[in-house]
Order: sequence, then structure tokens, then C-alpha cells
Amino acid sequence: MNQTTDLTQTVAQARQEIMNAGDLAAIETLRVRYLGRKSVLTEQMKRLGRLPAEERARFGKAVNDAKEALSLLIEARHAELERDAIALRLARERVDVTLPGRGERPGGLHPVTLTLNRIIALFSQLGFEVAEGPEIEDDYHNFTALNIPPHHPARAMHDTFYFDAHTLLRTHTSPVQIRAMEKRLPPMRIIAPGRVYRCDYDQTHSPMFHQVEGLLVDDQVSFADLKGLLAGFLRVFFEVEELQMRFRPSYFPFTEPSAEVDIRLPTEHGHSGWLEVLGCGMVHPNVFASVGIDSERFTGLAFGLGVERLAMLRYGINDLRLFFENDLRFLTQFR
Amino acid sequence: MKFSEQWLREMVNPPVSTAELAERLTMSGLEVESVTAVAPAFSGVCVARVVEVRKHPEADRLRICIADVGHGEPLQVVTGAANVRDGMRVPLARVGAVLPGEKRISRSSLRGVESEGMLCSLTELGLADAAEEVLELPPDAPPGTDVREYLKLNDCSIELNVTPNRGDCLSVLGIAREVGAEYGLEARGPTIAPVPAAVAESFPVVVSDAAACPRYVGRIVRGIDPAAATPLWMVERLRRSGLRPIHPVVDITNYVMLELGQPLHAFDLSLLKGGIEVRCARQGERIPLLDGQVLELADDTLVIADHGRAVALAGIMGGADSAVCAATRDIFLESAYFSPRAIAGRGRRYKLQTDSSQRFERGVDFELQSVAVERATRLVLEICGGEAGTVTEVVQNQQLPSRVRIRLRDSRLRRVLGFALDQATVTGILERLGMQVQAGGEEWHVTPSPSRLDITIEADLIEEVARIYGYEHVPAYMPGGAVGLGSVTEGGLPRIVRAREALVQRGYQEAVTYSFVAARQDAAVGVGAHASIALANPISADMAVMRTSLWTGLLQALNYNISRQQTRVRLFETGRSFEKLSGELRQINKLSGISCGASWPEQWGARSLGIDFFDLKGDVATVLEVLAPHVNWEERVASHAALHPGQAVEISVDGRSIAVLGALHPDLYKEFDLKTPTFLFDIELDALPPANVPRYEPVPRYPRVRRDISITVAHEVSAAEILRTARSRAPSCLRDLQLFDVYEGEGIDSGKKSVALGLIFQGVSSTLIDKDIDAQVAVIVEELETRLGAVLRDS
Repeated sequence: MNQTTDLTQTVAQARQEIMNAGDLAAIETLRVRYLGRKSVLTEQMKRLGRLPAEERARFGKAVNDAKEALSLLIEARHAELERDAIALRLARERVDVTLPGRGERPGGLHPVTLTLNRIIALFSQLGFEVAEGPEIEDDYHNFTALNIPPHHPARAMHDTFYFDAHTLLRTHTSPVQIRAMEKRLPPMRIIAPGRVYRCDYDQTHSPMFHQVEGLLVDDQVSFADLKGLLAGFLRVFFEVEELQMRFRPSYFPFTEPSAEVDIRLPTEHGHSGWLEVLGCGMVHPNVFASVGIDSERFTGLAFGLGVERLAMLRYGINDLRLFFENDLRFLTQFR
Repeated sequence: MKFSEQWLREMVNPPVSTAELAERLTMSGLEVESVTAVAPAFSGVCVARVVEVRKHPEADRLRICIADVGHGEPLQVVTGAANVRDGMRVPLARVGAVLPGEKRISRSSLRGVESEGMLCSLTELGLADAAEEVLELPPDAPPGTDVREYLKLNDCSIELNVTPNRGDCLSVLGIAREVGAEYGLEARGPTIAPVPAAVAESFPVVVSDAAACPRYVGRIVRGIDPAAATPLWMVERLRRSGLRPIHPVVDITNYVMLELGQPLHAFDLSLLKGGIEVRCARQGERIPLLDGQVLELADDTLVIADHGRAVALAGIMGGADSAVCAATRDIFLESAYFSPRAIAGRGRRYKLQTDSSQRFERGVDFELQSVAVERATRLVLEICGGEAGTVTEVVQNQQLPSRVRIRLRDSRLRRVLGFALDQATVTGILERLGMQVQAGGEEWHVTPSPSRLDITIEADLIEEVARIYGYEHVPAYMPGGAVGLGSVTEGGLPRIVRAREALVQRGYQEAVTYSFVAARQDAAVGVGAHASIALANPISADMAVMRTSLWTGLLQALNYNISRQQTRVRLFETGRSFEKLSGELRQINKLSGISCGASWPEQWGARSLGIDFFDLKGDVATVLEVLAPHVNWEERVASHAALHPGQAVEISVDGRSIAVLGALHPDLYKEFDLKTPTFLFDIELDALPPANVPRYEPVPRYPRVRRDISITVAHEVSAAEILRTARSRAPSCLRDLQLFDVYEGEGIDSGKKSVALGLIFQGVSSTLIDKDIDAQVAVIVEELETRLGAVLRDS
């Protein structure tokens, strides 16, 4: 019975030690001591062969039971200590999650670019491709080819910056129409965004601003198409389905019939009354003649959008000069 | 064009309110810019007849008037006006009247004398700025009549923005015709009958340039009364049209111009010598003008001359030394048709935009000249008296504009407008516009009226039809037709869009600066004054030349923001720069940026350092990776006037420079009023190689092996040289090469630096073994030793 007593004592002591184990290393030590190859219980099992056969089975079972019991205890204590350790680590690693994240903050695009991107995206859906032309233009493309011969009164409407008698800063993006039609054959759909210049500077005029010219030439395109196209564009651009608008006769030497389009925005936009947003019309036969397109075979619609104007209406900007001051307190509002 | 609504309604009077009329005008293409009441609100002012004027017993400056106001007892009024006299008709504000500015008139006592109202001047009625005297009303003004009624002050001035094609709407009659067409009413102008000559006298007229002046009509009026005054009704109409009274004869010519659209000029006959000649100016000929300036003329300018000198700038402005004045007794009236070609552009060139030039360059009705002279003569005789001479008319009919019949096809009308109109509607519209119309089959033959010189081709008629039909009734369709697929680059978005996004992600804000800058600043940061293009008519010296670099604007924007408490500024701009070198003009698309301040936005747990060259270079490298992926670029020290010579690099691809970046040159901080270290970059978008479509290479199957080596080299040896040398004899299994440390200081000889390289090897067909790698490393080290004098440090 001596062995049994020893075993009982060993188990009791082990149990005590396991319960007292303070960390995972201590538990590991105990596992080696009690369950390892050189452990007390393994030693006991080695002595099994020396026991009488009738005791052997009983004692063997007792040792195995003890091993199993200790093993379970160790596992349990191990798990418990692991949980404690994780809890400790979690407590230790707690941060103030409300502190801001690190790194660069994004900048932003200029409201003119945002507006241009919007216009381009919308017309791209209808197959309009972006075209470009020079900003330093010649008199021919800016005026003459657009049915504005020298001395035409319409030239007085364009306060033009000149370099010499024939070279100037384009006063509108319309010369890109001419350059596009000189280069390719109809049908064509282009939009030409870009900077334009007028020699005029006050609260409501900037010597530089942006326009988008649109041109569609095809064998069946009409004034009614022009009206529908621009009405659709304005509704989508301003995201106002019931946008009030009116087409009003106007005059541009390079289109006929010509129209200006006014809109009235819902009151929450902070504008009142009719606001002029664009000019448009059917390409004038003289313009087709200057680029060698047969105006009996093709008709064309053209329009010109004032980008700053559209941006001002959409974003509620009330001073044109803000666009070119580049004040970060202004620019960073458009993200 | 500004005019009185009442004047218009005398000629055509549609049964609509002022607001509706204005709306209709706008919707017919005559955009109404403003509608303003011709007089401010006032009440209780009536016509009074002064029946007695007495001196005030207590005050020399005051007078006591007894005024008859039509009914009831005459009223006693004290006035300070010096011009009151017996029998005069004046406006009297009675007790209870309210004058402009909420001024209430009550019974009062002036120096002990009762006053039952106030005699009013034009100023007190809000009709003029500074008129001291009591307004004298015509002698037939009926006492007791409300002055608002009598002066027809319940009227509006309507201001139209008349487009350059509509010269015909620069007269009340022209607008009346347009309104008539809109409402289907007939416009009726004044009845004008020829005024028979009282004296058989005329003034000789010779027209030397008939193309410029196909018709010249003149007439003498002798013996006008120098004391005549412009009648109140005419002064009022002129005022409501934005004109001030000048002299009765001048006022009459202005009045007829406003009424009919024909500019007239009146000369003082005594100041003309011999006769009139209409001719081109002699080059350099001088003329003193009515506005006081003396012009020197070019020989393409048409003048009216007498037998001595030019006396008027034809169709633009009269001369000073032949003008009518207070002493004038005999006049010569001129009513001409000048061709638009002869007038257009001249006024602008001489900076003279007059009511007259505005009309002639747009085209005046070429059948109007005699009518206008008759109208003016009649008014002169009525207002100033005198005796009319015979009418002289010099005309070259073949030089007058022709009114050719225009064919309008129904098929074309439908095709251009996109919808059909029935024949009667089209015919009706054209006829209402005063055109002669012959409808037949599928077309019309139309002769436009002489007032509509803008109508010459079929498209003009189509526009007229659409305009009068009403754009609001045009249906709205979407354009049909086949739409081809546009091109889409690899990556989907245009490069510039992606580059902008990349910069935005790195904290840059997009700016837009002016394309023109100050010459000196551009010369300092750009290509140089020899390459810059100057505007002939700049707005200011700060906007005088086209930028050769985007940096000027960005530096200004930086300064603007720093002076507004911004400390970290990162801006970029896309746009063109302009340079002219050996006669060739280039308009170059660029992406440029500027950066200054902390390398990171202020944040906790990170030390804030000012940015340096390498922060900027990292930004640029990112953008270039986006703009030109898979492209090897070369770097070399840049020499750029605006950049620090020791901190500037130029990046090129296949020998073509695509970007330059660096620290702002210390010399330029003062020019742009900057103190914080500032860095700039400039990418020439047009120089970038076309974007490559990626080509797939098999993913390596064998593990990578990394060997780090550390060498010392002379301080001057650049990283680019080290990397280039290390690669020069490296085998293909060297997959990557990292320069991961540069160190100078303790432990390293002065004049030397330590550079650490990471060599990453990877077998293509097998796993590399140590022995092979050792051999490869040895080759690379040897190359560094022999070519750069590198020494391998103990590792």
C-alpha cells in the first residue's frame, strides 16, 4: 500500500503546485515534472513490473488515473493562465482609439477642374470626345473663320488681348471647333474645354476664365436636338429634375439660329431669377464654308459653357475672383 | 438701347402689362436689361398758374406767390425761387403732398407768412440732379391737373441689350415693329410730310467715295431763334432714353435718331466754307472733335469736309469748329447712309463709340435719310423757327444695299429646326416682320425690308421664323445618329486626371493661376526674357507677359497663403506655358507644383520636420510612376536659374528632359517675399513617353536571396553612379538593388561616405546556391572598387 500512499501524496502535492502556478513557464515546469519522461509518475510506472501481478493492474490504473487527472488540471490551469496573460496584454495594449490616424491628408482639386470633369463625364456618355486647341490663337481661327470678319461689330463684344495684328489670346473656345473641323470629317462630336481670355477685369469679369465648347455635326441634327441635349445636360449637371429653363433668341455670328439658355434654380440654391448659363445655336453656313463642309449635307449644333459660371451656381460661390486667388481656405472647401 | 415705354406704346400698344411686354421682348431676342420708373413716387403735385408775385416783407430772398390751382380759392405760397413771375405755370406741391424721399408738405409759416405748399423744381420732383429754379411748365398747362398726369410720369424706361445684328432695333420705331410682329399688330410711326422749301437755297454736296456713302441728304435751315428752348416733352423723352438736353437743334437730331434710327448731324452753316465733300481723310489729317479732343486720322477714315478742312468724322462724331452753339442762326442738316464697312471698327480704333457709330456700323435703313431730314426740319421749324431750304440728295443707287429675294425651302426649315411648321404660319411670321413674301409649293420667296440688313440668306429667315414662332414652342429631342467608341488609354483615365489624383493623395491642392505674369518675375523663374511673349494690351504690368513657367503664379499663390497664416502649403497646377524661341511658338502643357512647410500635416506622435529636397522628389517620383509607369528615367544635376544649384535635378527619358525639381534659389526668396524653405517641380506633360501597355513576365518560382554590402566611396560619388556601376556587370539573377543607407561622420574618413546596398538575387531556372551568389557579389564589389574607388567595409 506504500506505493498507493506515495501516489496519493504526489498527486495532492502536484495539485497544490498546479493551482499555485503563477505563469505559463511554471506550468510548463510542472508538466515536465509530473508528466514528462523523467517525471515522478513515469518513475512509478517503471516500478510497475516489480509489483505482484495482482497489484500491477490496480496500481497501473491508479497511476494512469493520476496522470490523467493531473494532465487535465495542467491543461485547465494553462488555459486559465493563458486567458490571464491575454487579458493582461489587452489591458496593456489599450490605446485611445479616438486619437486621429497618422499620415498625409488628401488635398483637393480646383472647383473649375471638378466642374470640367463633371461636364466632360456627362458629354462623354454621348460620345463627345475632348479636343484641344492653342490658347495663343490667330485672328483667322478666333474670328474670321467663325464668321466674324474684321470690323464686325461682334468683335467689340470680345475685349481681345493681342500680341500683334494677327495673333491674340483666344477669346472663346470656339476656334477649337474650326480646328477640329479642319482636321476631320463629319460626323463628329467634340467638346473642347480650356482657358479663354478677355481684356476686362472687375468684380464680375476676370481676364482669364474657362469655357467648354461643344460641337456635333451630323447629317440629321436639328435645333430641337440642341434644345433637348442642353436641357438634359443642365438637369443632370445641377441634379434638379424639374429644373426651370428657357431658350431665348440671341446672336452669335457663328451660329444661326442662336440661343441663350437661362435657368432658375430651386430656392435652396440661394439664387433668384433667371440666370444665364450658356450660349448655343446651329452652326452657321459660313462657318461650314470656311472649313469646307457642305452645309446642304450636314448640319451642326454648337454650344459654349462658362465653367466658372456653372461652378458658381452649383457651389454657391458669389465672387468670380475667388477662383484665381488660390486661397487655401477657399480651395479646400471643394473635396 | 434705352427708351420710354409710353413712346413705344404711341406706336404700338399691345394689351399687356409692362412686365409681360418686357418678358416678351426678352423672349424674342431683345433682352431687357432693366425696367425703371421714369420718376420716383410722389403725389399731391398739381399744375398751378402764378397770378401774383409779391416781395416777402421780412426776407429779401423770399417771395409770396398767389397761385391758381384750377378750382377753389387761389393758394398763397412762399418760395425762394428767383425765376417765378406772373402768369407762369409751375408744379405746386399742395398741403398733404408727398415728394420723393417721403418729404411731406404741410402748412407752414415762413418768416411770419403763411405758405400753403411748395413750388417745385425738377430736382424736387426727382427728375434731375441739380436744378435750382422752379420748373416752368408750358403756358397751356391747365391749372389743377396732376403733374404726374400732365408730364406723363407714370412711365418706365426700358433698357434693351440689342445684339449687333439688330441695328434696326436701335430706334423706338424699330422696336415697335418688332413688338408689332410679336403681337400681330401694326406699328405706326409719326406722320411725316415733306416740308416745302421756304427759301430756294441749298448747300453744294460732293461725295467722293460713293461706296462708303451711297446716299447723302442735306438741307439748310436759316434764321432759327437762338433763344429757343427744347420743349419739356422732348427733354423728357430724351431723358427717359438716357440723353441730356444740349441745344434745341442737337436735341432734335438726337430725338429723330431715337425715334427713327437715322443718326443726323447739324452744322452751323456760317462755319462751313464753300460746300460739303464726303471723302477719306488724308493720312495724318487732324480734326478737333465735339468731345474736346483732336484726332489724327488714318486715310481709311471717312470724313465730312468743307472746302477747307474735315468738319466731322463721318457717322461717328461732329467736329468742334463747325458745331451749332448758342449763337447759331443758320444750320445745315445732314442725313446720310454710310456703309457699315466704312464705319465699322473706326470708332473702336479711335476709342469713340457713339450712338451714331453704333447705328451706322450695324446698318441703318437705307431708305430713311430723306424721311429723317423732313422729320427733323419739321421739328426745327416748330421749335426754333426759321426757314427751310431745298433738300439736296446725292445718291448712287447701285452702291446702296440690295434687297435680294431669298429662297426659303420648307425641307430646309424642317431639317434645321427639327420640326414642321405649316405654310400659313411661316408666311404669317415673315409678313408680320415686314417682309414681302411669295409662298409657292414647298418654298417661299422672301424680300426683307430695308431696315433688316441682317437678313441676307436662308438661315437668317429660318432663325426669324423660329424666333417669332417662339423658342419655347420648339420641341426638345435628343440627337440621334451613330456614336463611335472613343479611345480609352491603358488605365482608363487620361494621364492628367491620374496625375492630379496622385498629387491630391499626397496632400497637394490644385491651384489655377493666371497665364500672364509680370515680366521681371517670369524672367527670374522661367525660360528667360528672350523667350517670353508680351501682350500688346496688357491689363497691368503684373499681367504683361505670357508665363514661360507655371512657377511664378505658384510662388505668388504661396506667398498669398503664407501671409494668411498657412504654414504648410502644397499646390499644383496644370496648364500651359508659352515660349517663343527662334521664331517658333510653343504652348507647352505642364504639371507644376510647389511645396513648403512641414513634411507631414501636424499630428500627434510624429515629429514635425520641414520638408527637404527628398520629400519633394518622392512626390514627383510618385507622379511620374503614375504618368509613365515602367519607364526608366535618368537623373542629372540640373542647372536652373530659379533653383538652388546644389539641390536641383533634371529627369529625362531617352535623352529628353521631362521634369525638373529642386529647392528655390536663395536669391529668389526676396523677390517673392518668402522665408520658409520652398521646393518646386515642373513636369512637361507633352514630353512624356507614351504610356506602355504592361507585358506579362512569368512570376519567378525560386526563392529570393538578399546580400547586404557596405562600401565607402568619395563624398562626390553620386548614388546614381553607384547604382549604375553596381548594375553594369550584374548578372540577370540580380533582381533588385536597394540603396538603403548613406552615412558620413564618425568612423568614416572625412571626404568619404559609407553607402549600404541590398542586393537581391533570384534564380530564373533554379534555386541559387551560396557559392554562386558569393561569386556574383564579388564581381559587383570589384566593379565598384575599380570604377569608383570603393572600399568594401567589414560586415
